[in-house]
Amino acid sequence: MDRRTFLKTGVALAAVGAVAKPYIARAQASGPIKIGMMAPLTGVVAAGGREMVDGFNMYWDEHGGEMAGRKVEIIVEDDGANPDMALQKARRLVEQAGVSMLFGNLLANTGLAVANYVKGNGMPYFIPIIAADDLTQRNRIKNVVRVAGYTGSQFPRPLADWCLKQGYKKAATISQDYTFGQEQCGGFCQTFTEGGGQIVSQFWHPLNTSDFSPYLGQLANLGVDVIFAMETGADATRFMQQYSNFGLKGQIPLVGAMNMTDQSVIRTMGSEAEGIIVAAHFAEGSPDPVTQKFVAAHVKKFNKLPSLYGFSMYSGAMWVDEAAKTIKGNVEDRDTLLSAVSKTELTGSPLGQTVKLDAFGNPIYDVHIRKVVKNADGKLWNAPIATYPQVSQFWKYNPETYMKQPPYSRDFQGIKKS
Amino acid sequence: MSTDAMPRLALAAVLLGALAFALVPLILPTYQVSILTEVLIYAVLAMSVDVLAGYTGRTPLCLGAVFGVSTYVTVYYSSTFGGSPYVGMALGVLAATVIAALFALLAIRTSGVYFLLLTLALGMIVWGICLRWTSITGGENGIRGNVRPAELAAHLPFYYVVFVAVAVVTFVMWRFVHSPFGLTLRGIRDSESRMRALGYNVSLHMFIAFTVAGLFSGIAGALYAMFNDFVSPSTVALTQSVEGLLMAITGGIGTLFGSFIGALAIIGLENAVSLYTERWQTVLGVAFIVIMIFAPEGILGGIKTLLARKRG
Repeated sequence: MDRRTFLKTGVALAAVGAVAKPYIARAQASGPIKIGMMAPLTGVVAAGGREMVDGFNMYWDEHGGEMAGRKVEIIVEDDGANPDMALQKARRLVEQAGVSMLFGNLLANTGLAVANYVKGNGMPYFIPIIAADDLTQRNRIKNVVRVAGYTGSQFPRPLADWCLKQGYKKAATISQDYTFGQEQCGGFCQTFTEGGGQIVSQFWHPLNTSDFSPYLGQLANLGVDVIFAMETGADATRFMQQYSNFGLKGQIPLVGAMNMTDQSVIRTMGSEAEGIIVAAHFAEGSPDPVTQKFVAAHVKKFNKLPSLYGFSMYSGAMWVDEAAKTIKGNVEDRDTLLSAVSKTELTGSPLGQTVKLDAFGNPIYDVHIRKVVKNADGKLWNAPIATYPQVSQFWKYNPETYMKQPPYSRDFQGIKKS
Repeated sequence: MSTDAMPRLALAAVLLGALAFALVPLILPTYQVSILTEVLIYAVLAMSVDVLAGYTGRTPLCLGAVFGVSTYVTVYYSSTFGGSPYVGMALGVLAATVIAALFALLAIRTSGVYFLLLTLALGMIVWGICLRWTSITGGENGIRGNVRPAELAAHLPFYYVVFVAVAVVTFVMWRFVHSPFGLTLRGIRDSESRMRALGYNVSLHMFIAFTVAGLFSGIAGALYAMFNDFVSPSTVALTQSVEGLLMAITGGIGTLFGSFIGALAIIGLENAVSLYTERWQTVLGVAFIVIMIFAPEGILGGIKTLLARKRG
């Protein structure tokens, strides 16, 4: 090949490349949008995982299976409530199935494992359920966004403030001994003590505790005004039952983390759960018509009141859909998608309020203080009794100064020495 | 049949297998390459289980935990401590060996079901510590690592690094079990009292075998740290030990190379079946039952018996 032909070929190739490039991009953006959705369908939290998938699918069913005019193809994978397996499934979704985004996971450890994986390859990863504080704080990853989710310490803070307003001065906490519990207790303790309250004692018990009597005996004799409990799943059921059986119910007010009185727990319970107060963004018993419309649709479709899992995945799907509409469905361009998601203000949320993300990818909510009551059908649900507007994950702190304090753990609960 | 035909056939099979592991990744999509990497790593774990279960006659349920200790140390050193990943891996292997030596001191006094139970308990202790020692291990959440160096970030180069490492380890293990020392282990398996009567220090030999098995699981664990870049208590959990044992049994206990077949079968099946059904664990369970009924000596063991029967 002489110099001239070489130049000619080169120019021709470059021209083809320039012409073909936008064409390729367009070709890519016209097929279905593949979404990788991971949830624990086997293992200890399989029931919650199932509700996640249901909530997620419910949104797409309602919207004709389309995102911004493009068909949506959802690939559901079981993470087995196990981080190693979650990681493997995430790899498969990204590298083999070729998804444009990842959604889901329930347990913090699975979410953290996947987050570490997508940190390396930039895949957008949306986590409506994973509440680990640091994913949107100290160890923020740009492409991991907590659409429609919340951080562990976000809601216990307004609850602590509410407790102080009730005149409670002394509190004790009891919690499952793992990071999610430590973060929620930390949020409660820090706000409670900074507002002049006192934390008398803290109890940490292993996951899957069947007998709470040793803890309840001690709690009863502390002389506290209120007890903050953080329990999930079967532990939550057992704790509330035994709290009532030991006669503490009605004696010492019980407040707690929202997951303790989530529908997934209280659905099967009776009067022992009534009257417990927790703080959350979502309250299925809210009189807001938008919320009630969502609740009615969920009951119609699945014959049960929506849990946090279903609600969060539903809203998460809505969030990304709204964002995709503003960029004409070009979700393959990751940077555009991520910036669209972070700019989107969610107006149609079942919460009946506009929700937006803070600068760290975590939503700001009007937080309800909600109480477990019987509804008109005699079913237990959470009804709001007070509202704290615009609560961010940083409460009233400056984010920079806040993040200088260590993350919450068993050893650091942010308790202010008085 | 001539007596040296079998080894020649075996050698050919091993070379063919190695060749397959060397060439197949070139034509596979990247995700399958990562699965194959996992197969190689777990094969090492299964082989170290085989050293004890197949050659020494003691079935351990703690090598998964030893494997995980190495993973923890590697990830901890290179991320929380900020050190070089290679030093971290060396420290991981060292830690695994030390833990295995400690376990060995306790476990070699027992045999049979007591050995099984004791090693199970020891493994559970490791798991309990990893779960509860939150300030170091990150508890349930585990530690996010920074182990894999940038030059190995792509799947294919990393695969070949693992391939070479595993090839070397496999050769060393093969030499180990076929050495005179390895023969004494088989002697202990077949008759402990006779070996003692012959003047062998049975306890010492078992201690060494256990520690060496721990060393090899440690190597697998360190490679796994680099592969996953993440560690949590599920890596040291009982399921890890059981998985290693199942791979060794599926491939064929006491065959060493069977571990590769076992790892390939189990990890392959896990991935293939879970594509189609949530009930993949049920399918795996049924597969194990079928293997145990029709080839109790494992896949490779079954093939060997079949070949021997044909010729005999």
